[in-house]
Amino acid sequence: MGMTITEKILAKAAGKACLGPGDNVWVKVDILLTHDVCGPGTIGVFHREFGANARVWNPSGVVIIPDHYIFTADQKAHRNVDTLRSFVKQQGLPYFYDPGTRTYKGVCHVALPEEGHVRPGEVIFGTDSHTCTHGALGAFATGIGNTDAGFILGTGKLLIKVPKTLRFRIEGTIPEYLMAKDIILRIIGDIGFDGASYCAMEFTGEAIRRLSIEERMTICNMAIEAGGKNGIIEPDDKTFAYVQQRSRKPFEAIYGDGNSRVESERVYDAATLEPCVAEPHVPSNYATARSRREVKLDRAYIGSCTGGKLTDFLAAARILRGRKVTIPTFLVPATTEVAEGLIREEIHGKSLVQIFADAGCEDIAPPSCAACLGGPEDTYGRTRSNEAVISTTNRNFPGRMGSKQSRIYLASPLTVAASAVAGHIEDPRDYL
Amino acid sequence: MKTIRGKVYVVRDDIDTDQIIPAQYLNLVPTIPEEYAKLGSYALCGLPDEYPAFVAQGQAKGLYPIIIAGRNFGCGSSREHAPIALGAAGVKAVIAESYARIFFRNAVATGELYPFETPNRLCDNLKTGDEVEIDISASNFKVIGTGAVYPLQELGAVAPVVEAGGIFAYARKSGIIG
Repeated sequence: MGMTITEKILAKAAGKACLGPGDNVWVKVDILLTHDVCGPGTIGVFHREFGANARVWNPSGVVIIPDHYIFTADQKAHRNVDTLRSFVKQQGLPYFYDPGTRTYKGVCHVALPEEGHVRPGEVIFGTDSHTCTHGALGAFATGIGNTDAGFILGTGKLLIKVPKTLRFRIEGTIPEYLMAKDIILRIIGDIGFDGASYCAMEFTGEAIRRLSIEERMTICNMAIEAGGKNGIIEPDDKTFAYVQQRSRKPFEAIYGDGNSRVESERVYDAATLEPCVAEPHVPSNYATARSRREVKLDRAYIGSCTGGKLTDFLAAARILRGRKVTIPTFLVPATTEVAEGLIREEIHGKSLVQIFADAGCEDIAPPSCAACLGGPEDTYGRTRSNEAVISTTNRNFPGRMGSKQSRIYLASPLTVAASAVAGHIEDPRDYL
Repeated sequence: MKTIRGKVYVVRDDIDTDQIIPAQYLNLVPTIPEEYAKLGSYALCGLPDEYPAFVAQGQAKGLYPIIIAGRNFGCGSSREHAPIALGAAGVKAVIAESYARIFFRNAVATGELYPFETPNRLCDNLKTGDEVEIDISASNFKVIGTGAVYPLQELGAVAPVVEAGGIFAYARKSGIIG
């Protein structure tokens, strides 16, 4: 019996010829990612367990990207970044993207691939549930807690259970009004908020191959919102072009076997999918955008690892060019590279920055996680009361963006932009 | 026979880690003892307002060593602050129909609490304040008021890890690491 791409990556990392779902294996780790809210605790576990003078297993395997609480007056947040700085110095870590310096990047899951730390066939763990994003480049990537991360810092290994694979085959061409976000929200709506618990979500098919790398990242990013252990897409020429521009380290692309066994397979035709939202308060609360036009909105938000990439802003700009928003519209590019893209990229001779300014959006904020997860009281875009927000982010839990009373509708950047113009949930088809 | 006895706090399905410990408190670092304790004082403060307070204002710990939940407890973020906040608030066990993967693993790895699974939908049968006794070795628990006994799924390999105090303590005890 053949193995899926997830099984083959784990087999290689475990030094085994074959393995299957349910096996518990020790895998060698290529990259450990951490950030400002879980890094200090991870470092605390590492020193507590391995000693004050312990050294990390491989300095170039540790990537530290502070992104959560950066632009805040919160003193503990500043202290936490200082804790990272001392650790980086003590351990001589080469990959640290320090706030307030030219190396600062922003949101770790967009920065990690941008900076060339994601390669096909590798094993990536991160102290953040959206680490599953990196499966978009054909890697095995999943989120873990501080204790497991502390263990990796000391040993470079982790004991994990091999997940079953759920395969999602998206066929056909992608209509211009449809985005990766619509595809993944539909899948989560179909299988449920815990529909992929403990499982690998493998995305394949013609429509997936047609997606850009950034759009593939959106799909894999939200695997965790169905409870998935990892999301994964087999690498292809687009993957190799993206990776080789950013990393000189050799890698071995891994593909699933033709006769691999999966737990289930669902097939979709992209042409029949619709612009949609996830209504409060779980990401599986699917509804088509056009069926929810009566929902009045107070705010729109474009940002995060899910919806703050250059592709996301380009999509929003297609709709906002020559139009005005009617509700406060917050824009937070995920990284400094995205922020530079907003200045550089043009549609019909106008930069994205200019298009957003002319449309009446709020001033573009500096890159960080910002209000995607609420954060300290002074976080940019944080909700304060019972606002109805339409957002390109990934979670609409109670209180997720700050106030417990606010209601968050998740949607694609196209749908968010159309809704920002309309002032209520809107289907973007009439705006393209 | 190892038992855990006390009052239960009942929640329903899909209790995510933002509700267990809202993101604004993630500036607290769990390996710093006073911040560990502080996390406990905020445990479950992100639940919707119709729930009673889990930890009373000004208190460090709650009154409930056992949480009863529906499906998918601990979904969402990988923040280890979530099982830690519950443990710091005095929670010894959660009994849920199912867990999100990362929360379950973090609960075991930290040794903060026993994540029991049950085939019964107890969040419909029990109410906050009911007293129960969990018998860990027998994998069941009894509701003190009614005498009803419900089965729990056996924890298997997980039980000794939590009992040892987490994955590092267990690994040392069993000679996996030095």
